[in-house]
Amino acid sequence: MSAAKWRRAMNSSSAAAAEAARGVRDTGRPTVVRSTAQTQPSRDIVTEGRLSTWWRSIVRAVKWRHIAVIVFVFAYPFFATPFFTFQIGAQSLALGLIALSLIFLGGYGGMVSLAQMTVAGFAAYMLAIFGTSSNVAISLGWPWWLALIVAISLATLVAAGIGWLSVRTEGIYTIMITLAVGVAFFYLAQQNYTVFNGFQGFSRIAAPTVFDLDLGQPMPFYFLVLACSLAGYFFVKHLIRAPFGIALQGIRDNPRRMQALGYNVTAHRVGAYAVAGFLAAVGGILMVWYNGRISPGTVGVGAMINILIIAVLGGMKHPIGAFIGAIVFVLLQNFAIDLVDRERFNLVIGGVFLAIVLFSPDGLLGLWQSLRSRLDSAFTHRGQGRIHR
Amino acid sequence: MSRKNWALLLLFGVPVAVFAVWAIVDNASLFFKTLLNGLTLASLYFLVASGFTLVFGLMRNVNLAHGSLYLFGAYVGWYVGEHTGSWVLAVIAGFLAAAVMGLLMQVLVFRHMQGQDLRQTLVTIGLSIVLADLMLWAWGAEIYTFDPPSWIYGSTTLPLVNKFPTYRIVVLIASIVIGVGLWLLLARTRIGMMIRAGVDDRGMLAASGVNVQRVFALTFAIGAGLAGLAGVVGGTALSISPGEDTRYLLASLVVVIVGGMGSVVGAAIGALLIGLAEQFGLAYAPTYSVVFTFVIMVIALAFKPRGLMGKNT
Repeated sequence: MSAAKWRRAMNSSSAAAAEAARGVRDTGRPTVVRSTAQTQPSRDIVTEGRLSTWWRSIVRAVKWRHIAVIVFVFAYPFFATPFFTFQIGAQSLALGLIALSLIFLGGYGGMVSLAQMTVAGFAAYMLAIFGTSSNVAISLGWPWWLALIVAISLATLVAAGIGWLSVRTEGIYTIMITLAVGVAFFYLAQQNYTVFNGFQGFSRIAAPTVFDLDLGQPMPFYFLVLACSLAGYFFVKHLIRAPFGIALQGIRDNPRRMQALGYNVTAHRVGAYAVAGFLAAVGGILMVWYNGRISPGTVGVGAMINILIIAVLGGMKHPIGAFIGAIVFVLLQNFAIDLVDRERFNLVIGGVFLAIVLFSPDGLLGLWQSLRSRLDSAFTHRGQGRIHR
Repeated sequence: MSRKNWALLLLFGVPVAVFAVWAIVDNASLFFKTLLNGLTLASLYFLVASGFTLVFGLMRNVNLAHGSLYLFGAYVGWYVGEHTGSWVLAVIAGFLAAAVMGLLMQVLVFRHMQGQDLRQTLVTIGLSIVLADLMLWAWGAEIYTFDPPSWIYGSTTLPLVNKFPTYRIVVLIASIVIGVGLWLLLARTRIGMMIRAGVDDRGMLAASGVNVQRVFALTFAIGAGLAGLAGVVGGTALSISPGEDTRYLLASLVVVIVGGMGSVVGAAIGALLIGLAEQFGLAYAPTYSVVFTFVIMVIALAFKPRGLMGKNT
């Protein structure tokens, strides 16, 4: 949403409320305006009333396609083969979670960081170093839950550090600095044998067994990844409507004005990096459990850019874009080699990426939106109704 | 110089000086050899990064395909050198090939998305992926080396350093010549004046009747050509293989972040710092050498977010 649109939306909250009453079709992105317009009048009423309004606002936001998606993702492993459950399903959700962190940072914070894969890989390395792996000389062998907590906290800290570095300059510099940080980490991991075990990295990092349930099996692992992804998705959805998220979007659109309003711009940005780092770290842990190993190649330039490709492919304007992009990416990765030579995969994915950037900057979601608005612009939606697009 | 600058100079200068004295006493030959290697690497980095910073300064275009231009120039140069047997022709071919490629990129793609920083950068990322794969397709994964002409082949005996490859000295001198030439072009010629004016205020330059698009295209061609030239020169000093594009992209990124974006002098200073740090790191602390590069970048960002020579606009 551009600054002008944002301003217009803020001024027209009464119009938005009227529109909500009319029950105009939801556009797939329930906006802040609507929720404030609905919860604010109920603040003085008794709790029961507020609860029911809140409940109604949730029910109204749920559409058939949401239910269909939820039912599909839960039923998916029961009719898909283990290959599809594990290789396609779990992998795209884990990659999607890392891309989600980039979409939160880029789409809502206006900071496109290439270092999200670095943070994820760092978490994975920490899990291997503090937990158990085939390399007993380096791995400390802590219990998995402790190693998990340490890995995720350290990765979040590192992400905040990267954020602190890169928010010192603005805009397009971010992408350069985060790229430099990421590539530097790649070379460090490759050169250093005392901590990162150099070129080989770590292998045999298995998902833990909890209450006799081996999370490494395709079906349990799929549900583990699904749970994390859903949690991450709804966390981001919630956060972008919370005061922190609103302030962040304000900073994205006009940092100077937000500064004048008394917001600490730097703190919000670093905070956004930390939140995104946390999401990426969770994704990184899932990824290392999926692969069972971590090596410098996992955090290389190609991998870093793949996350960006996934986010741009899906569309940076909405959190769901991360998962759509990841599914398309993983499908391409697995099946494009049937059409072209295996060696030429980069050409395919690079070409697809170029085409998307050149012709539909909002990704597949943008393509879908423009298609839809072209289809029904003939009869519906004039004036105010279009604000929320 | 203000007191703060003196304090900074002491803070970073003293440890470096102490290290230098210790290293000279310990093993003078190794120290000076590393120093010369560092200078050679720095001159290579300068050649690559000066084009990068020129393009960024004028067009606000972070060209992440710059490493690919380096590699492309190197491959074309190798091809020409192999078929004609002339190394000088290879250098010229490397420069021209990359310049034409850069020109095409600017005219066909970037010109149509002026002012959309992020989109341009994303396009350069896409281009770099596609180019890297096409080059892998065309030239395979082998490692190529050049045969420099006999007059710069072999080694020269220098004081303090027993024997040093002549070619590296030539690289050093050549890059100084190119650096000075670039400076003369920017500071003394009419085109340089236009480029500098464009860096400062694009709109005003256009308003005073200059065809800005032509200046842009020319700058992009020069920047890309320098990368291609560096490809042949660097490929002769070391070697060319897939993956070198990333290495030089990282180098030019760090160099311009440290030196200040859009400043050729900054690129020279940044290249000097990074090249020396990398070589000394490799010689004295092999597994952590990249950390030095990184630390320099962090320090530069912490104290001067716009780089050492960057303008606070």
